[in-house]
Amino acid sequence: MTATAPAPTPSPSPDTGAHADERLLKRSPLRKLLGRPELGSIVGAVAVFVFFAIFADSFLKASSLSTVLYASSTIGIMAVPVALLMIGGEFDLSAGVMVTTSALVSSMFSFQMTANTWVGVGVSLLVTLAIGVFNGVMLTRTDPPSFIITLGTFLMLTGLNLGLTKLISGTVSTKTIADMEGFPSAKAVFASTLTVGGVDFKITILWWLAFVVIATWILLRTRVGNWIFAVGGDEKAARAVGVPVDKTKIGLYMGVAFGAWVSGQHLLFSFDTVQSGEGVGNELIYIIAAVIGGCLITGGYGSAVGAAVGALIFGMTSKGIVFAEWNPDWFKFFLGAMLLLATLLNAWVRKRAEATK
Amino acid sequence: MTQTAERTEAGERTALVELDSVSKYYGNIRALEGVSLEVHAGEISCVLGDNGAGKSTLIKIIAGLHRHDGGTFRIEGEETSLSSPREALDRGIATVYQDLAVVPLMPVWRNFFLGSEPTKGTGPFKRMDVEFMRRTTRAELLRMGIDLRDVDQPIGTLSGGERQCVAIARAVYFGAKVLVLDEPTAALGVKQSGVVLKYVAAARDAGLGVVLITHNPHHAYLVGDRFVLLKRGTMSGSHTRDGITLDELTRQMAGGNELDDLRHELERAPAPAHLGAVADGADGTGGTGEKQEKQEKQKDGGR
Ligand SMILES: Nc1ncnc2c1ncn2[C@@H]1O[C@H](COP(=O)(O)OP(=O)(O)OP(=O)(O)O)[C@@H](O)[C@H]1O
Ligand SMILES: [Mg+2]
Repeated sequence: MTATAPAPTPSPSPDTGAHADERLLKRSPLRKLLGRPELGSIVGAVAVFVFFAIFADSFLKASSLSTVLYASSTIGIMAVPVALLMIGGEFDLSAGVMVTTSALVSSMFSFQMTANTWVGVGVSLLVTLAIGVFNGVMLTRTDPPSFIITLGTFLMLTGLNLGLTKLISGTVSTKTIADMEGFPSAKAVFASTLTVGGVDFKITILWWLAFVVIATWILLRTRVGNWIFAVGGDEKAARAVGVPVDKTKIGLYMGVAFGAWVSGQHLLFSFDTVQSGEGVGNELIYIIAAVIGGCLITGGYGSAVGAAVGALIFGMTSKGIVFAEWNPDWFKFFLGAMLLLATLLNAWVRKRAEATK
Repeated sequence: MTQTAERTEAGERTALVELDSVSKYYGNIRALEGVSLEVHAGEISCVLGDNGAGKSTLIKIIAGLHRHDGGTFRIEGEETSLSSPREALDRGIATVYQDLAVVPLMPVWRNFFLGSEPTKGTGPFKRMDVEFMRRTTRAELLRMGIDLRDVDQPIGTLSGGERQCVAIARAVYFGAKVLVLDEPTAALGVKQSGVVLKYVAAARDAGLGVVLITHNPHHAYLVGDRFVLLKRGTMSGSHTRDGITLDELTRQMAGGNELDDLRHELERAPAPAHLGAVADGADGTGGTGEKQEKQEKQKDGGR
């Protein structure tokens, strides 16, 4: 047995708790705040807001803010469940096209079966959840990482979206379902506009908020939330203490699928037709929003609020550049810079949190 | 060899866990063969052996991570083969692993209750009882003598010894009957090892049966009631506390004769040393039993 480093000579052993006071000094409220995963994104969001408030004249108008919130909400509805999945240690590259798949299934089922649009909406929910289950089961039953498995799903769905749409409707987009029974009520749920104090707000903003509230509740206050952190933080340890790892992961993929369903229905009912090639590339936007929001790419750490704020940064930047009448090419640059900053901050947080005395 | 069976306890009470010439193969690798172990309530059974001797494999069978390939495994007299760690937990066997005891980034209180979180409320409002969890974690750790400054800190920021103690406290709290510890003191300094051993003893006094895996005969002898020595997957010795001295345990752990041989060779370094010329019983401290043991060891070593 080798001796340890020399003990701090006169002080009592660290396990007696006799000098708890001395140790308490180490943790200031500021450090505690710094430990929050969403802190970086909130600071970033304030900075972006101030920036565009100064440089884009119309940015502070109520109608502009409503536009920003709408853009943010369509990303946020997906970024929140994608963030939960990332906290659980996995990716879903099929999330972007899954939104389109969900819209296509709903539209085509309603059109071909000439049924009530709500039937299509229901069938779409089942199909989309089944895709989520497929991702989750494939991941937990086989060896490859989720990156590869969902890349496979991504490619298959991309092909299916285009192929089946062409096969069934003869073109790359679906036929309109606007004259069908149930369309107005479904539109009210998924794509209506609410007027508050003379300003129009899209209903997706409410969906977005609901996703954040429910996801935060699950993450911070339920057993499942504990399991999500655990399977992402250390899957083996989680399994060893009896956490149902596979079920948790399948559930997370179903959460992403549910988000894709809501987004897909929004897509369908705001335009009443769907372009079958849409959605490709959005999966990365969701992941970026989650990372900016403080999710660790390696899992085990992050927050739903952070992901929502990440989506807000996205919305503000993309619309802010338009309001400032700049070349939209700058958007990508801003995003890249933001992503790098967020990643550096996260790396620092992780080092702090994992450091062993 | 001093067999446990000699000090027979049959009929007195059944062992909490009993392995009888258990074997485990990983493909064509023989990780364990013919290993027996008994764990009784209020006793500590130590498993000693070198790196790769099969210690972790042995406890993975008890913990439900692997199924054994041969021999019998009884829990409270009933023959079993565990299919998952959850099943082992449900049957009262809690394991603290060498490397995967906890999730480093999660707060201490979340780790403490991980997998067995208490809830309150019903339906969609069913939630973890966070207040209770925080309070209990703090109280249980305090009971073990760890005064945490903050149960919200990530468990990865605790020292290795503190982390082991949290894992032990967790097992005790959840009413484990058998506590399995894989090298809890391996990465710890002298002081921290002492702290952990104190909790191991506390768990024993609370009536648990403990399996303690270790490299270190001194640690084992401080607290152990039974000792099983593993060597390259086979059992090279099984003793009760009154059947063996610390010196003998250390000798057997360190390789007994082989170490003596090595010492003598090193002492005679200037002379042209050659293998095989080292005389038997060079130190003459052991009795006949030990001699016999040594010879067996030498045969083993020759393989
Ligand atoms: N999953 C596995 N597949 C194949 N061989 C394995 C596997 N796990 C362990 N082994 C082998 O079985 C033998 C026993 O390993 P085990 O981990 O039980 O040793 P140990 O006594 O715990 O060692 P240490 O003191 O280093 O922890 C080793 O030779 C090891 O290489
Ligand atoms: Mg080991």
